[in-house]
Formats: sequence, C-alpha cells, structure tokens
Amino acid sequence: DTSLAEVNSFSSSMPISPSSMINQYKFEDEPELRDLFITVDDPESHITAIETFITYRVVTKTSRGEFDSSEYEVRRRYQDFLWLKSKLEEAHPTLIIPPLPEKFIMKGMVERFSDEFIETRRKALHKFLNRIADHPTLTFNEDFKIFLTAQAWELSSHKKQGPGLLSRMGQTVRAVASSVRGGVKNRPEMFTEMNDYMETFSQKINVLDKIAHRIYKEEREYFNEMKEYGPIHTLWSASEEDIADSLKGVASCIDKCCKATEKRMAGLLENLLPILHEYVLYTEILMGVLKRRDQIQGELDSKVDALANKKTEKDLFSEEIGKLEDKVECANNALKADWDRWKQNMQCDMRSTFTNVADSNLHYYEECLATWESFLASQTVDLHVEEDSEDRP
Amino acid sequence: MEDCLARKMEITVSEAEKRTGRNAVNMQETYTAYLIETRAVESQSEGQCAPVDSLWRRYSEFELLRNYLSVTYPHIVVPPLPEKRADFVWHKLSADNMDPDFVERRRIGLENFLLRVASHPVLCQDKIFYSFLTQEGGWKEMVNETGFQLKADSRLKALNATFRVKNPDKRFTELKHYSDELQSVISHLLRVRARVADRLYGVYKVHGNYGRVFSEWSAIEKEMGDGLQSAGHHMDVYAASIDDILEEEEHYADQLKEYLFYAEALRAVCRKHELMQYDLEMAAQDLTSKKQQCEELATGTVRTFSLKGMTSKLFGQETPEQREAKIKVLEEQIQEGEEQLKSKNLESRDFVKSAWTDIERFKEQKNHDLKEALISYAVMQISMCKKGIQVWTNAKECFSKM
Repeated sequence: DTSLAEVNSFSSSMPISPSSMINQYKFEDEPELRDLFITVDDPESHITAIETFITYRVVTKTSRGEFDSSEYEVRRRYQDFLWLKSKLEEAHPTLIIPPLPEKFIMKGMVERFSDEFIETRRKALHKFLNRIADHPTLTFNEDFKIFLTAQAWELSSHKKQGPGLLSRMGQTVRAVASSVRGGVKNRPEMFTEMNDYMETFSQKINVLDKIAHRIYKEEREYFNEMKEYGPIHTLWSASEEDIADSLKGVASCIDKCCKATEKRMAGLLENLLPILHEYVLYTEILMGVLKRRDQIQGELDSKVDALANKKTEKDLFSEEIGKLEDKVECANNALKADWDRWKQNMQCDMRSTFTNVADSNLHYYEECLATWESFLASQTVDLHVEEDSEDRP
Repeated sequence: MEDCLARKMEITVSEAEKRTGRNAVNMQETYTAYLIETRAVESQSEGQCAPVDSLWRRYSEFELLRNYLSVTYPHIVVPPLPEKRADFVWHKLSADNMDPDFVERRRIGLENFLLRVASHPVLCQDKIFYSFLTQEGGWKEMVNETGFQLKADSRLKALNATFRVKNPDKRFTELKHYSDELQSVISHLLRVRARVADRLYGVYKVHGNYGRVFSEWSAIEKEMGDGLQSAGHHMDVYAASIDDILEEEEHYADQLKEYLFYAEALRAVCRKHELMQYDLEMAAQDLTSKKQQCEELATGTVRTFSLKGMTSKLFGQETPEQREAKIKVLEEQIQEGEEQLKSKNLESRDFVKSAWTDIERFKEQKNHDLKEALISYAVMQISMCKKGIQVWTNAKECFSKM
C-alpha cells in the first residue's frame, strides 16, 4: 500500500455533486436528515514491482459527534472494500450487506484496467458505501467508521487485529456443520416465503439484466449503421441542384437523430444497466442471508435435539439454549426489518430506474420529432413558394 | 400532357394471381399473372360510369413491351419496370419472388410503370402500348411483327464496351456521368437503409422481451405488480409497432428504386447517342478515305502508304481502263456515302433535339418526385416518433405507479 513506484491520474476524477447523490438514494431518510456524505472518485493506478492496483479517493463529510473531524479524505483499494464487507457480514450475519462490484468481469467485454471498467467499478463502490451509510444499523458500525477515516497505515494495523485465521476457520467449520443439519425444519413460514420469493426474483432479475444488455447492444448496432446513413444524402446532394437542399436537410436530420440515439444509449449504460446488475448481485447476498439465518436456527435446533437425549447437565444446556433462542430471535427480527427495508428500496429503485428509461426514450423521440418537423416545415414552405410561382403566367 | 392517355383512361393493375403453365420447352412453371383494368374517363356531364375492361398479363410481357419501347424510341428516357427479383432485402423481408409482400409491391410497381408510360407525351400515343392495355390475344405476335428486335443494336448489349468518339457531345458526357453517380449513390443509400431497418427492427423487437418478464415478475409482487404488468403490455405494443413502420418505409425504398432504374434508362439514351455519334464519325472517316483514294487514282500520286500501292508497284501498274473502272466505282460510293452522311447528320441532330427535350422533362419529373419522396420520408419519421412518444408516455405512467 505504501511503496508507490508510479502514480498515474485518470481523467475521470470528477467529484460527484451532492444533488446527484440525493437523486440516487431516495431512501426513507430525507436528504435533510442525512449527516454522512460520502464520495468515491479520482481513481489512481499504482505500479509496484509485485503488482499493479488502483486506489480510489474516499471523501467523507459528516456532522456526527462520534467523528473527530467533519471532513476526511483517504485512499482505498478494492481489497479494503472487500475487507469492510466481510467485517460487516461477520458483525451482522442476518443483515443485508450491499453488493460490491465483482473482482473482474468475465464476459471479456471490458479489460481489467480499461477506463470503462474503472469508471463502472468506481460508481459501484460509491453506491456501496452510500448504501451502508443509509442503513440504520450498518451506518454506526465501527469498522465502517475506521474505513472512512483511518490513514493507510492505521487501517493496515487495524485489519491485523481482527479475529485470527484459526477462529475464522472455526466459524466456517461450525457453519458448514450446522448447515448439514439444516434449520429448515423449524423455519418460520415467513422465511420460506422469502426464500421462494428470492428464487423467482433472482430468475427474473437475471433475465432482465440480459434483456437490458441486448437492448444496449441493438441500440449500439443501430447507431453504427445510422452514422453511415446521413452522409450518403450529403454525397448525393453534390450531384444535384434542385433537390440538393432537401437532401442536405434529410442528412442533417438523420445526423441529429443519430446523436440523440447516442444519448439514449449512454443513458442505458449509466442508469439501467448498473442498477439491474446491482440487484443481480443482491439476489446472491439475500440468499446468503437467508442461509445464515437458517444456520443460526440450525444451531438452536441441534442443541434442542441434544437436550432431549440428555439426562444430566440439563440446567447448563437450558442456559445455552436460552442464549441461542435469543440469538435466533435477534437474527429473525433483524432480517425481517432489513428485508422490509430492502423491498421498499428495491421498489423505489425499480420505479425510478424504469421511469428514467421511459424519460430517456421520450427525450429521444421528442428530439427526433422536432428535427423532422422543422425539416418538413422548411420543405412545405418551399413548395408553396414554387406553387405560387407556377401560377403566375 | 393534354393529349396523353392517362387523362382519357383510368388504368390500374388491380390483382395478382399465381398461375401454373407450360413454358417454351414444355416444362411446368409457376408464375404470377397481373390483372390490368382500364376504363375510359367520362366527362362529368355524362354521369354514367364506363364499363371496365380487363386482361391478364405476366411480367415477361411487361418486359417485352418495355424492350419494344426502348428500341422504338431511343431518344426517350423510358420508364423502368419494378425489379425482377427482390434486391436490397433486410432479414425480415423475403427474397422469394412468390412472397405475397413482394408480389404486392410488384403489382404497385407495374401499375406505376403503366401510368408513367400513359402520361408520357410521346409514349402514350404508341399503338402497341394501347393494345397491351386493351387487346388480350395476339398482342405478342403484333409486337414481334413490328420487327423491333432487328432494330435493336446488339452492340448496346455490351454494357461496358466503349466507343471511341472523337468529338463527344459534352452535354451527353455530363449526363452519362450524372446517371452513373445517381445509380451509385442510390444503390448505396438503399443498401444502408436496409441495414438500418434491420437494426431498428432488432431494437424494437428486443423490447418485446420485457413483456413476458414483467408479467412473470408481477406475479410475486404485491404493490409493484399492476404497474409492471401494464408496463409490459405497452412494451409489447412498442415491439409490435415496428412491423407497420418498416412496411411503410419499404414503399419509400421502392420510390428510390424507381429512380435507380431510371438512371439506367438515362444512361441508355446517352449510350445510344454515343453509338450514333460513333457511326457518324466512322461514316465520315470512311467517306474521307474513299475521296482520298479517288483523288490518288485520278492524279496518280500516292500520298499515303497503301498495300495496294505497294503491290501495284511490285507487280506492275494497272491499265488505264482498270483505273477508270475503279474511279467510277469509287465515285458512286462517294455519292452514296455523302447522302448517307447527310441523312445520318440529320438523324443525329433530330435525336439530340428530341432527346434533350425528353431529358428536360425527365429532370423536372425526377426533381418533383424525389423531393416528394423525401418529404414522405420525413412524414414517416414523424409518425414513428409520435407513436414512440405515446407508448413511452403510457409506459412511464405505469412505471411511476410501481
């Protein structure tokens, strides 16, 4: 993190305006109530002897008392985000932790360090942190605070302090063990419903993601052909006299529509595609959360089963069971609340995203309409002039 | 325009029918026959509607008619026929001649051809054309009896053959150049238009996929369900709307195609003039050399090298009688040649004059038609945009209720 052989700055280092942030996150918290504003920008590539990686600038502005300062600026790399996510999952196993952009894109559409890839990732990371900031529980997480405020060396040392590798392994073993026993048996109806919902939702959102990509691809191919279409009319006008103006007019209209198509395409890329992708990632997260709840339940169930076979040490067991029952109740409540919150956000996101898509298409058609109408007006004026001159003897 | 047939007679190609029959080598073939209906236009005061005459013709007969007109009126830019085979197709359109959409568009094209001929000041007066419209049987024989095939110069068939003309008419050279450019640019435009249509089709149809997914998704949503479902319906409407839009655009493409083929007709007139000029120059050249030969024989001087001159030097001179005979023959030929040259010159001047009149007429027609076509294209685009606005306004309303 500290040895930098070379630092390159990318041109896409525009900070995000607060107003665009507000548009993105219409959660239950009104913008005026927010006291934590985070931006992720200014990707820089770092080349060392061992590796090349990118850091992003994370700027935090806050009025909260728990923060020593009102403004922080740190640089974080993708690894640090991964660390944060795993800490949050650890601390809150049945809360819905927002998705991180993937490690790398398999589709081969975009290279690992291309500008497009970095920009897409930057936007997703920005979203990730803001979603956490808007979460009623996660926003007060200590590791989150450290992530936002600690200098590079502080973060490194803090990371090393966490539960050791062995204890994490122990957790995994226990998790696997309890998953074998299920926890599905006594699962409350509500969570089975959630599971069924997620299975269908996951299917549909994946198909939607594919459709959106198809639409983008088709629009781009259309744009590519349109680019050639207008200029032919201009070429033609060069060998004509009387109709040269009409031909040039058509050429100009087509070119304007072409630009409008480009704008529409860009809108898809900026708006619909990232959201759908985020929700594709969310489905995995939600399935994981439901599974972890089942595991916690499973722990309780197995202890209850074990108690039934015990004759001695019943008291000790009862105490343990009591603790586990609390754990299960907490987990269930946390999940239920977070689920409701997630569903509301999802509805809100989908509504605004698809409304944006509709708006984008409306702008496109309105712009094209205006272009062609103005051309038509110019032509019919000419016709009237011609007709008038023909009438004269 | 006052006397042209189109004013006196209503002409339509109203139907197309699939037929099977036996061809020249007695093999079974399938072809399409077109019904030509004609009716005399009565003046208003008569009040009665004249009876409709009709007869069936197939494409090959139209071709025969056009060939006849091209040969008989070489100075006229003869209206073109619609294409024989479907060209510039994009994926949805079939390239099959039997496809009903293609047949329908060809029917319209053939009607347009007849109307063009009927409204041409010179062509509409042709008797063979009139019989084509009114006389079912024996028309083919009538055309062949005109012997027009004999008049057709086979040299014109060699499309790329160039005739080295020493003094080309600048106007015709420019016109030929223009017709080449027109052909090139329109065919390029049609090719790209077909690709654009293909892509546009793709964009619209992919949106149709939304419909089913939204519907299935709405089944698991409580509050979002209605909005999703109805939005999906609008996406289906959007996807379906492209079919009519592109069908209309196909008619626009046909209008351009007509002028693509008209360019060929224009070029044909230039070529015929070129050939005429070439023949004229050849005849003049021939006459000059004969005159020279005559002079040499008469005066005994050899000005230019000739094999005859050499052989006569080697093998002895001719007798004075032989020489006299030769001179007499040459003088006759020269006389003939001069008359021929005179009439050829006249022919050429007449050709140029009447060709140029028709070319001016054609130019005006072309400018008018193309301008209208471009305007109709704009109207189509406007209609498409308005439909798009309507659908997406509806969809937006549904989305906002999600």
